[in-house]
Amino acid sequence: MRAGVIVFPGSNCDRDVAVALEQTTGRPTTMIWHRDTALPPLDLIVVPGGFAFGDYLRAGAIAAQSPVMREVKARAAAGAYVLGICNGFQVLTEAGLLEGVLMRNTGLRFVCRDVYLRVDNAATAFTRGYGQGQVVRMPIAHNEGNFYADAATLDRLAAEGRIVFSYCDAEGHSDVATNPNGAQRHIAGIVNRGGNVLGLMPHPERLADPLLGGTDGRAMFEGLLAAVAA
Amino acid sequence: MKAKVHIMLKAGVLDPQGRAVQHSLAALGFADVDEVRQGKYIELDLNEDDQAAARARVEAMCRQLLANTVIETYSIEIV
Repeated sequence: MRAGVIVFPGSNCDRDVAVALEQTTGRPTTMIWHRDTALPPLDLIVVPGGFAFGDYLRAGAIAAQSPVMREVKARAAAGAYVLGICNGFQVLTEAGLLEGVLMRNTGLRFVCRDVYLRVDNAATAFTRGYGQGQVVRMPIAHNEGNFYADAATLDRLAAEGRIVFSYCDAEGHSDVATNPNGAQRHIAGIVNRGGNVLGLMPHPERLADPLLGGTDGRAMFEGLLAAVAA
Repeated sequence: MKAKVHIMLKAGVLDPQGRAVQHSLAALGFADVDEVRQGKYIELDLNEDDQAAARARVEAMCRQLLANTVIETYSIEIV
């Protein structure tokens, strides 16, 4: 799998995800500066976490208009896998590649801790390494993770199986107490209609090695590797 | 010309910051505030002399960048 990671001024999880990808793929990850527009052939493009452009205006808004994102949109339209993690999820919604908006957490606090997630759709390329309904643990670290979309959009996402990860407890039950940021319908991650663009607030790359305290995130990268090889 | 742009959350979209400000006001004794909505105010200096053309340009800026119309509304004043 040929993987690339977009780097914006203010990205800070770009190297973490590159390491996680290299451990999975066994080959170097291409780092792509936001001004670059000539990308090499890539099977997977990651828009990493961080605070691209200082979250000025709205989280992800300035990054979504950067030159490289035009190319990312073109690659997504051509079928490449695009994964937006945390700030990357915010960038993908602002770029129009995914529905909704990540608003300020309802608790008005930056939340940085591990959460449980339920895999609501294990049939995507990103989640084929997990079981349907499996509960996994991943870290979150964000101030704007409160997923919002209008009711019609939420209904459509649910009906189409595009809500991929939901916040829950260790048994897989979701309620207000297990929702760290006020996200509508406890949504932690969604996929586009084509199934090749996924955004999620939690950080799979931060629990992708036993040295980091867990490996629940690793199955996402392994799943993508298998999907590309298939 | 100058454009003054106000950006507000749409009615019905929860504004946690506005609610926190309201609670803080209530704690200070301003219990007569029923709701606070917090938005953004942006001023633009434009090198455009035609009012209608300026408004059209700022409309496009709002749609493409300044506002996220999934959750926000905007109003433009050209002066």
